[in-house]
Amino acid sequence: MAYLTARKRATGHGSARSGTQHHWRMQVSSVALLILIPCFVFTFGAIYGAPYEEVVAYYQRPFPSIVAALTLAVGFLHFRGGVQTLIEDYVHGALKAPLIVAMICLSYAAAAAGVLAVVRLAL
Amino acid sequence: MVELTLPKNSRMVTGKTWPKPQGATNTKKVQVYRYNPDDGKNPRIDTYHVDLDTCGPMVLDALIKIKTDIDPTLAFRRSCREGICGSCSMNIDGVNTLACIRGLDESAGDIKIYPLPHMPVIKDLIPDLTHFYAQHASIMPWLETKTNAPAKEWRQSIEDREKLDGRYECIMCACCSTACPSYWWNQDRFLGPAALLAAHRWIVDSRDEATGERLDDLEDPFKLYRCHTIMNCAKTCPKGLNPAKAIAEIKHMMVERIV
Repeated sequence: MAYLTARKRATGHGSARSGTQHHWRMQVSSVALLILIPCFVFTFGAIYGAPYEEVVAYYQRPFPSIVAALTLAVGFLHFRGGVQTLIEDYVHGALKAPLIVAMICLSYAAAAAGVLAVVRLAL
Repeated sequence: MVELTLPKNSRMVTGKTWPKPQGATNTKKVQVYRYNPDDGKNPRIDTYHVDLDTCGPMVLDALIKIKTDIDPTLAFRRSCREGICGSCSMNIDGVNTLACIRGLDESAGDIKIYPLPHMPVIKDLIPDLTHFYAQHASIMPWLETKTNAPAKEWRQSIEDREKLDGRYECIMCACCSTACPSYWWNQDRFLGPAALLAAHRWIVDSRDEATGERLDDLEDPFKLYRCHTIMNCAKTCPKGLNPAKAIAEIKHMMVERIV
């Protein structure tokens, strides 16, 4: 047991002087998703279940492909921020940092794979 | 990692059931959390029967009656008995509130009384609030000025004074902080609603000249941004304050500094 004063425990390492950028990015991406998700649902829903050739032709049009690519990119970036907060909330100790790194890698990989798939359909 | 079950030595067991007072016809069953760190035993839930015909109307009256007439070993904090000192904060029927302003008739059935959740317990209904008070001290709850003190007083307009309404009334009972899940999981780093409400009170004070430093100190992923607007704080505050709104306003001021 360390003989620390209550004030020292409360102060900890002091302020990290960060957090507002993360908060602002999450707010902006939330608003973006508020617009993108309905657009994605309607454009994706319109072609869902159609033959392959029709889907390719559909996603060669700019609007559906841009909506799909933006939804995947912004969605996974938002996911990255949200899950990082979730891990920080609930995981303490040595496991926290590796989990955050793994989740960031997974998010960027998923975003890249999704955008690449749309690009291949569109071009 | 977050713990979803209580540690073994914190799991509650059924305690003693005290007999009903002789001759009493109008009684209320009160179940109270009991813990004594000196006996090495797990916490227990004792059951008392309070004679409502000879007891005051509030939960604190029932606790005082239990301590006076039935079991003098029961420990709890109390002082003003009118909701202004914040001493008798506890969890009554699942809600953090002040025992002195919670009526016995507000509970339809038996009354269950526990200490404030997720805090170390000193004894029975007395939580250890040392860290909570230290967090409050860390936000510098006093007027910080750089200008030389005026001959008479720091002047403030009526409109600027009104900005403190809903912030200065906090009695530091800890009901809000101990109702906040983010504070449960991260109270070592998250300041909690009570300290952040107090911080906002000084940030918006027109006489205070340390606004930037105060915001600098709060700009931290844990100190401030663990608040996820769950709103338990506003729901449970026995004084009707809204710490969540104050925290949102601090976040808004933070964003204004970068956008």
